[in-house]
Amino acid sequence: MLDVNAVRNDFPIFQRETKPGTPLVYLDSTATSQKPLAVIEAMNNYYRRSNANIHRGVHTLAEEATALYEQARVKIARFINAPSAHQIIYTRNTTESINLVAYSWARANLKAGDLVILTEMEHHSNLVPWQILQSERGIELDFIPVTEEGLLDLEAYRSLLLRSPKLVSFTHMSNVLGTINPAAEIIRLAHEAGAVTLVDAAQSVPHLKVDVQALDADFLAFSAHKMCGPTGIGALYGKMELLEAMPPFMGGGDMIKEVKLRSYRPNTLPYKFEAGTPAIAESVGFGAAVEYLSALGMEAIASHEHVITEYALERLEEVPGVRLFGPAAQHKGGVAAFTLEGVHPHDVAQILDQDGIAVRAGHHCAQPLHEKFGLPATSRASFYLYNTKEEVDLLVNGIYKVKELFG
Amino acid sequence: MDDLYREVIIEHYKNPGYRGHLDPHDIQFADSNPLCGDHIEVTLRTDDQGHVAEARFDGHGCAISQASADLLMESIIGKPVEDVKKLSKQDVLDMLGIDLGPVRLKCALLSLKVLKAGVYGLGEASDSLVE
Repeated sequence: MLDVNAVRNDFPIFQRETKPGTPLVYLDSTATSQKPLAVIEAMNNYYRRSNANIHRGVHTLAEEATALYEQARVKIARFINAPSAHQIIYTRNTTESINLVAYSWARANLKAGDLVILTEMEHHSNLVPWQILQSERGIELDFIPVTEEGLLDLEAYRSLLLRSPKLVSFTHMSNVLGTINPAAEIIRLAHEAGAVTLVDAAQSVPHLKVDVQALDADFLAFSAHKMCGPTGIGALYGKMELLEAMPPFMGGGDMIKEVKLRSYRPNTLPYKFEAGTPAIAESVGFGAAVEYLSALGMEAIASHEHVITEYALERLEEVPGVRLFGPAAQHKGGVAAFTLEGVHPHDVAQILDQDGIAVRAGHHCAQPLHEKFGLPATSRASFYLYNTKEEVDLLVNGIYKVKELFG
Repeated sequence: MDDLYREVIIEHYKNPGYRGHLDPHDIQFADSNPLCGDHIEVTLRTDDQGHVAEARFDGHGCAISQASADLLMESIIGKPVEDVKKLSKQDVLDMLGIDLGPVRLKCALLSLKVLKAGVYGLGEASDSLVE
């Protein structure tokens, strides 16, 4: 069991008030998580003690900075059970990880007419890179439909697979519906059809135990900032044989073995994909974040979130005029997207903010999914390891206030 | 409860006086705020003297965007079109009587942006119209 009060004490931001007398009720971790002191201090110490550029110097600081950067990679690899740290490529975020696959692997392997399967519940970051490739290359896109309940239609997926797709790229957990998709099964079926798989794990790695080998994922993308780490850094995991065969994504320093005026030889993995001075302090923070989460235990975190989510769905369902989106609690992570009859989601969010309650309003970078449900926008409350049932109660009280104001 | 949701805003949101679509019309324009999905269409009829004879807005969105559209329509009826061209961001904020952060400002100014793109006869609405 997670000791949520102890966890909250690890996060300095919960000591602040949004205005005098109003504590912060942070229900927007799906957008970005808050950061524990361990992460803030690790980055702070790096800048205070060890700051230098990596892979370039022989002096003490350069050695230390390089070691810290690489140690963090090892921690991240272990966190998702990657066979080797060389299969963890640092990127800016999930979006860049997906773009890396789209620009490098896909441009080397896909031609006009090749089919890429996505789903209707994708974030824009797993739609637009493929749309760009569609207009550039003439690849074809098709989508696994989302059922009314908010689950992927796996029967429809099986029919799509009959068309021999080259790639299946899908979200492990929807940032709107909260749906946790059966990733292992989706991947197994894709492999049977001869397709490569890319998992958008931006929402799953922070909240669930994700094991890339158990999933048999070919590529898996995630961001540090949604899992207690800093912004500006993310990772792409890839299978060794795929990464080795891929051309570089960006050119520059660090990604080369040798450069002449008219030619270069690329570096080995993972450096081949890490051009230029990377986010070094952020890598240290990323490493501290996975250490923090591992110490608490991902199973304990997931079960705490499940309890809070179940409670939140129950309480929200009671409120007349509230309509919830997404499947029942057993199929979903800590996300509750909802609308309130007669009130625009922006107004809901704004009025909740007056009581220090942070929720997001909008289409959450999943416009096609909102269109499917006939909505311009929803309000979204999301839960992480530091949220409590009391905060859910404050949310529900806040929604009653909104109703009163617009009543 | 708070300044942002002054009674006038809630009232204009819930009971708008100028919601609708004029057919026929002399001026029509529509645009959306991609961030929130707020959508506003404005239709105007003008008279021989170049004044706004009738004005209506249609669309959907948050209370701020819809109330400001209603207030804006109310304020321009009877005014010369040339004066409508000169309306500024501050004029809308004065009507609403609230201070807005950068995100909600876009909601409040969508109707002005649409209106000005319409009266200037532009192909596309630009944020520079409401700066």
